Amino acid sequence: MKKKKSKVTAYNNWGYAFVAPFVIVFCIFSIYPVLRTLYLSFTNLKVVGNADIIGFKNYARVLTDKFFWTALWNTVRIWIVNIVLQLGLAFLLMMVFSDVKYKMRGLAVFRIIYYLPNIIAATSIAFLFSTLLDWRYGTFNIIIKSIYDLFGAKYNPVNWIGSSATAGYTVAVIQSWMWFGNSFLMLMAGVQSINRDYFEAAAIDGAGRWTIFGKITLPLIKPIMMYVAITSLIGGLQMFDLPFLMIETASSAYGSVQTVMMYLYKFGFTTGTTQVGYASAVAYVLFLIILTVSVVELRLFRGKGDK
Amino acid sequence: MAFKIKKGILYFLLVLLALTCMLPFALMMINATRTGADIVSGFTFIPGKALKENWDTVFDYFNLFKGIWNSVLVSVPATLLCAYFSTLTAYGLAFYEFKGNKVVFGAILAFMMIPGQLSLIGFYQLCTKLHLVNSYIPLIIPAIAAPGTVFFLRQYILSSLPKSLIEAARIDGASEIYSFHKIVTPIVAPAVATMGIMAFIGNWNSYLLPMILINKTDKMTLPVMMATLKASNHINSNQGAIYLSVAISIIPILLVFVAFSKYIISSVSAGAIKE
Repeated sequence: MKKKKSKVTAYNNWGYAFVAPFVIVFCIFSIYPVLRTLYLSFTNLKVVGNADIIGFKNYARVLTDKFFWTALWNTVRIWIVNIVLQLGLAFLLMMVFSDVKYKMRGLAVFRIIYYLPNIIAATSIAFLFSTLLDWRYGTFNIIIKSIYDLFGAKYNPVNWIGSSATAGYTVAVIQSWMWFGNSFLMLMAGVQSINRDYFEAAAIDGAGRWTIFGKITLPLIKPIMMYVAITSLIGGLQMFDLPFLMIETASSAYGSVQTVMMYLYKFGFTTGTTQVGYASAVAYVLFLIILTVSVVELRLFRGKGDK
Repeated sequence: MAFKIKKGILYFLLVLLALTCMLPFALMMINATRTGADIVSGFTFIPGKALKENWDTVFDYFNLFKGIWNSVLVSVPATLLCAYFSTLTAYGLAFYEFKGNKVVFGAILAFMMIPGQLSLIGFYQLCTKLHLVNSYIPLIIPAIAAPGTVFFLRQYILSSLPKSLIEAARIDGASEIYSFHKIVTPIVAPAVATMGIMAFIGNWNSYLLPMILINKTDKMTLPVMMATLKASNHINSNQGAIYLSVAISIIPILLVFVAFSKYIISSVSAGAIKE
């Protein structure tokens, strides 16, 4: 008996060997950088060289800098428009494809097409759209103008990405266009994981399609909606590629689309404005915001009805 | 009758949305063959004849094939390392009881929730210290430790790999490493393929980190190289060349998507269900 036990332990020791490469790389490239950033956030390091510990001064500066708050508001504003469109569209599609009366076909093909924009690099999307949406020479405005011309109306070209009134919304719409397919696929996966018997039992009991949707489909996919919303928020608050590449720094729209990550990039990595200590504090403030909102969001969803 | 009309309208809307997904790419393909002057003067669905001219303009400015090749050099090893070591780690965590197992798993759960930007500055500082700026090492090696992939594979292994299978192999005298390679990997292969393809797309499209780490033109990955368009006046005067650049830049990933769409779609679905 004793011998057998020691043999099992010997087997279990292989666990160390299997997990070791992960742990080593994880410590060096994940845990250390996160802790290093935390340390730097308490220093006044500019670019390189010596730095002094200055306590919470960087944090105080983040919280009192009105440009930080503008950046946070820009990020949240763009995200809200984005998530409402993205999740709304995904939700409508899910309703259409899960409807027990219409029994729509072609899901296999539609979902591939809807997912397509997801796989393309944001850098390519950024240049594609900033060229299409150029207010004077872009194909988008040219097409709208020719439609107006058809009806004899006059079109005043909208400066989609160059004016502060529209730039944020333009970015939000493009992001929704990129990601609604992803949300739709997730919601659909949730619907398909629901036991078919529920629907049949409900149908036998004479429940209408709206009752079935409201009483079975909706409650059962709520956890997935929550998951989509939280992952989207975590990603959304780190929004960078599209606004960074699409909006010219010199443009008057820049101030209305500068996101928190762009603000962090300015202090963390842009020559001339580099203040590593300060940028680190920005990273941690953003992290705390993401953490707080995720927890609140989780509570809100959990609190309503479900155990 | 009304039912059929309504259903017809729904299909029409679905097709319309599908066209919206593809329209920007269609405009891109057409405009890539037209001269800058043509594009500015009006739109037509008929392709132009300036493909060669635009091609020359693009490749005068940068060598996109070099960018594609560099992206291959980063994404392929990173994906393979991620797939192999994530499976190894997941198996180690799922099947072996050792001290620290719970700690590692806890750290994995915690880091799944921690956004990447939190490590960005420390990561860059580390790379500067280790003289790894303009090297692919910091873009490849960290793939060995991918918390999300490990988490997913651990759940998969726990639900699909019977413990008795490994015990039987032990009785037959198989070594643990042998069991892992010959018994575990074939069983988890579908899940690894699913996670691997997503890891590949993520690596391929990654912009911020390579942009910070790579500043030599001949080392730039495709997204970083594409981003230099922002500062270029040479190419900006010719929209046709920009459209062609974008088209060339998305063709490789489109081919991947065509080949693996089944895996990609199922991995998105799997990601939703696991929660």
